[in-house]
Amino acid sequence: MLQNQRNSEKSKQLRRTLGPLVSASLYLAPAALILITFVYYPLLRSVYLSLYETDFLARPIFFTGIGQYQELLSSPRFWDSLRITFLFTLYTVPFALVIAMPVALLGNLPVRGRTFYRTTFICTIAVSTAIASVVWTWMFAPTTGVMNDLLRLVGIAPIRWLQDPRFALPAVSIATIWKGLGLNVLFLLAGLQGVSDELLDAARIDGANSWQSFRNITLPMLSPTIFFLLVVGTIEAFRSFAQIHIMTQGGPLRSTSILVYAIYRDAFINFRFSYASTQAVTLFLIILALTLIQFRVVERRVHYQ
Amino acid sequence: MISSRQKRLLHTVFRQVLLIFTSLVILFPLYIAISTSLKEPAQVFAYPYAWIPNPIRWQNYPLVFSLVPLWRFLFNSVIQSTMTTVATMVTSAFAAYAFVYVDFIGKKFIFLLVLATMMVSGEVTVIPNYLLVQRFGWVDTYWGLTVPFFATGFGIFLLRQFFMQIPRELYDAAIVDGCSRIRYLFVVMIPLSRAALGTLAVYTYLSTWNQYFWPLIVTNRTFMRTVQIGIAMLRDEEGDAWHTIMAGVVVVTLPAIILFLVFQKQLVRGIVGGAVKG
Repeated sequence: MLQNQRNSEKSKQLRRTLGPLVSASLYLAPAALILITFVYYPLLRSVYLSLYETDFLARPIFFTGIGQYQELLSSPRFWDSLRITFLFTLYTVPFALVIAMPVALLGNLPVRGRTFYRTTFICTIAVSTAIASVVWTWMFAPTTGVMNDLLRLVGIAPIRWLQDPRFALPAVSIATIWKGLGLNVLFLLAGLQGVSDELLDAARIDGANSWQSFRNITLPMLSPTIFFLLVVGTIEAFRSFAQIHIMTQGGPLRSTSILVYAIYRDAFINFRFSYASTQAVTLFLIILALTLIQFRVVERRVHYQ
Repeated sequence: MISSRQKRLLHTVFRQVLLIFTSLVILFPLYIAISTSLKEPAQVFAYPYAWIPNPIRWQNYPLVFSLVPLWRFLFNSVIQSTMTTVATMVTSAFAAYAFVYVDFIGKKFIFLLVLATMMVSGEVTVIPNYLLVQRFGWVDTYWGLTVPFFATGFGIFLLRQFFMQIPRELYDAAIVDGCSRIRYLFVVMIPLSRAALGTLAVYTYLSTWNQYFWPLIVTNRTFMRTVQIGIAMLRDEEGDAWHTIMAGVVVVTLPAIILFLVFQKQLVRGIVGGAVKG
């Protein structure tokens, strides 16, 4: 009797845990199927492929272990593409912020037509990187492009932007900064809403000029947003592909061959799937590290508030 | 001496000039695209640069439609973006609902696994995904273009945050009154979450429309290309015919700009809201 009661008690408890689990699985099934098939499985598969030598159909031939990682780390070409990726990040991320900051401050001014100006300032979020790249390729055209005409107007000799190894990466960076401006301004505008008006008023009454108020109140209060944009911008820079593929194909003289473009070439042009996977896994580790840093700081910000 | 009123007026004018100047600089590349799309070929190659199209030549637009199957590209992009958007909304709504209203063991951990997918960018998984899609026979199909994006950690996260704001008492009362869980989702939650669903829809539509890497890999035949790839290819094929290329650029960007202008509020909410993952 007691045994029976205990058993039914147990089965009731089991049902209480299993019931929700079954219905949760039903609700989660569609999303889980997609995320497992197209995110988790490929991630593990990338690691697997990176440990094997593969043929041109990506079939594993023999196990190499960390051999390809060693090959990668001793390849000057890999370090070169990593260096170019860092350089590209350095050209795009800080400048994007330095340009976006005054634009956001302007968009925050209490003036007539503010909504219109804000819309204009963030409109590049609607433009794709591919389209931005095509337009800027035309603007950077050597003799007929508008950028060289602007240089001519201020008395500077024309530059062979995308054909000159010295200028190709800066040119691609300019296009990238323009395309990213909308997103940076958008986040800074959102961050500016959180800057306390009372503090700014108090500072003005105390005789602070606008630069002092900006330096000592606005900037510190925006620091979480700025940090967020720095990290997200860096991740975006490491993921960049379309602008290189369209504007320079990695050239001239491989001066713009950033990491994702190198992966693309190795996998889909040279059919070295395993070596490309090795680079993809490396890219993943870099992005992972950056994201974790960001999470850590976002968490800290939440604690502060 | 200027009075304080004049000073204030001067201040206002100065600000407006600054704002207009900034707007012009930001819109400059778009002006170049539009003005070039209206130029005669001779003006495209003119030196020095011709800043204003004269005469205005509208024929570049019909021309670009006849040079490449631009209607087909637009159609492909509409199908691609619509399929991805609808599927993302369905999978995200179901999953988010479970994360808010079903108390199952391991919920926190599974939610973390969902969030973690946001760290795995498509560039990292592109090789195995391509091989997978190839094995499914999905190269050059709408399935290949879209299915990998049918669920996103972002979508689930966004809807979960919104679902959590709806008072739980509502749910408890409905259950007591004999409403089933699935019925509650359709009759109460989805109508109440129109704002969040709208945000997710606009965001997904725009980012799918603007995709480049994946459509490039997974489409080979011209008639399966999306607008982004189509325009990039146009550039390769047409070389220096920038007037026609820019006509194509305008045609392809216009839908995205209109979407942005009409649904700006939803879009901004999606971008800013989704970023605060804390």
